[in-house]
Amino acid sequence: MLLVTAVIKPFKLDEVKDALKQLGVAGMTATEVRGFGRQGGHTETYRGAEYRIDFVPKVELQLVVDDGAVDAVVDAIRTAAATGQIGDGKIWVTTVERLVRIRTGEEGPAAI
Amino acid sequence: MIDTGDTAWVLISAALVLFMTPGLAFFYGGMVRSRHVLAMLMQNIFAMGIISVIWSGIGYSLAFGGVGAFIGDLSHAFLSGADGTSGTIPTMAFVAFQMMFAVITPALITGATADRLRFASYAVLIAVWTLVVYVPVARWVWNPNGWIFSMGALDFAGGAAIHINAGIAALAVVLVIGNRRGHGSEAMPPHNLPFTVLGTGILWFGWIGFNAGSALAANGIAAQAVVNTHLAAAAGMLGWLAIERLKAGHATTLGAASGAVAGLVAITPCAGFVGGAAPLIIGGGAGIICYLALGLKSRFSFDDSLDVIAVHLVGGLVGTILLGLFADTGVNADGADGVLFGGGVELLIDQTVAALAVLAYSFIVTFAIAKVIDRLMGLRVDPVDEAMGLDQSQHAESAYQP
Repeated sequence: MLLVTAVIKPFKLDEVKDALKQLGVAGMTATEVRGFGRQGGHTETYRGAEYRIDFVPKVELQLVVDDGAVDAVVDAIRTAAATGQIGDGKIWVTTVERLVRIRTGEEGPAAI
Repeated sequence: MIDTGDTAWVLISAALVLFMTPGLAFFYGGMVRSRHVLAMLMQNIFAMGIISVIWSGIGYSLAFGGVGAFIGDLSHAFLSGADGTSGTIPTMAFVAFQMMFAVITPALITGATADRLRFASYAVLIAVWTLVVYVPVARWVWNPNGWIFSMGALDFAGGAAIHINAGIAALAVVLVIGNRRGHGSEAMPPHNLPFTVLGTGILWFGWIGFNAGSALAANGIAAQAVVNTHLAAAAGMLGWLAIERLKAGHATTLGAASGAVAGLVAITPCAGFVGGAAPLIIGGGAGIICYLALGLKSRFSFDDSLDVIAVHLVGGLVGTILLGLFADTGVNADGADGVLFGGGVELLIDQTVAALAVLAYSFIVTFAIAKVIDRLMGLRVDPVDEAMGLDQSQHAESAYQP
């Protein structure tokens, strides 16, 4: 089992979710986060005073997938989240040692 | 002889002016950071509580009782003997209308001192300030016995008595308490500009009563004041946005709100004395000049957090001085003629003297009051309380649940 984590532009969340649902993904967790990478921040001006906003709002998406599904999931996220502009985000994959469904106690791939 | 139309208009105007204080609370509240927003709202609505009580107790009497040129007396303490008539309205209508002015004036100061005043000290500050600064200045400017009134200077609804007065007082308090922690190094952007726009709408609406109610009658002067007030706000918004777009690249929401308020401030002393294109020139000029005045605080590195000095002090000065040019007895026979209407420089000189007198008195006395309160009880919160936010440290509340 693998944990796919993607940091994406907030307005792309629905497109990414729809693309993943089409692949048959059953669930995911989305969190509002702030961060910066190559995009850096932006400036806002209030009454003539410029403020540098370093941390830009992003959405972090997390889902656990079976090993065989990971490439399709990563591809789907990449395709749906891409705008071609700087700041589209990143996807990374890590291994999951143990997964438990709280309601039934099922473990492993059955709990995905 | 009571005129029911006049009375109705002044009573409604009192309610309109009352509504401006919560409007100001939201105007300022949107501009502070989220952990200080309740404290800002509280400082404003608290003025509705404490100043109203002080006003009915002795404030009204000291401002409008007796025959002194500098201060009234206690003949109308607790509004005794205020049940007669003043002109064509019941004296009590005038009491109510003026009470709302007394409430909002110290509240204007809170924008400059945002995010760092101890609440108890603030309460003492505005109570003392109202009696020692606002009441005498209102006496000078509006009571027929007052020396500025007798001199011939005009202040229709409070350019000098309210805006110059509160604006320079704000500077004095800021100089006593110092800058916010992190000022200049840490970004402190507004946390909720929709609040600020809401507050602007309420202020603009209430200002119709503030200025046109000051006619104390439902007549042509009141109607002219409504039009002047509205046009100055409109032109103020356009003036501010134009120069902001030129100098900073964007026309902003906060700029539109600020420009409208700048125009409203500047037309306040002029509202019932000018006509024609004057409100457009006064309001538009204020929008541009107040925007340019924003730079003063960084030039002299004082933390006028929400630009009370640039908007109220500078806007009040613009209106008070320009009235010396644009006043027209064709609009209001009880006024005077300014330079552009054949009156010579006499009014302009009177206006300048009035502005400088209020500036000097308010600055010196406010500075002294703030120093004494700071010495006795500490005017500013300690650094930990400031960092935690005034909502938690002063009121044990949070505006927003995570």
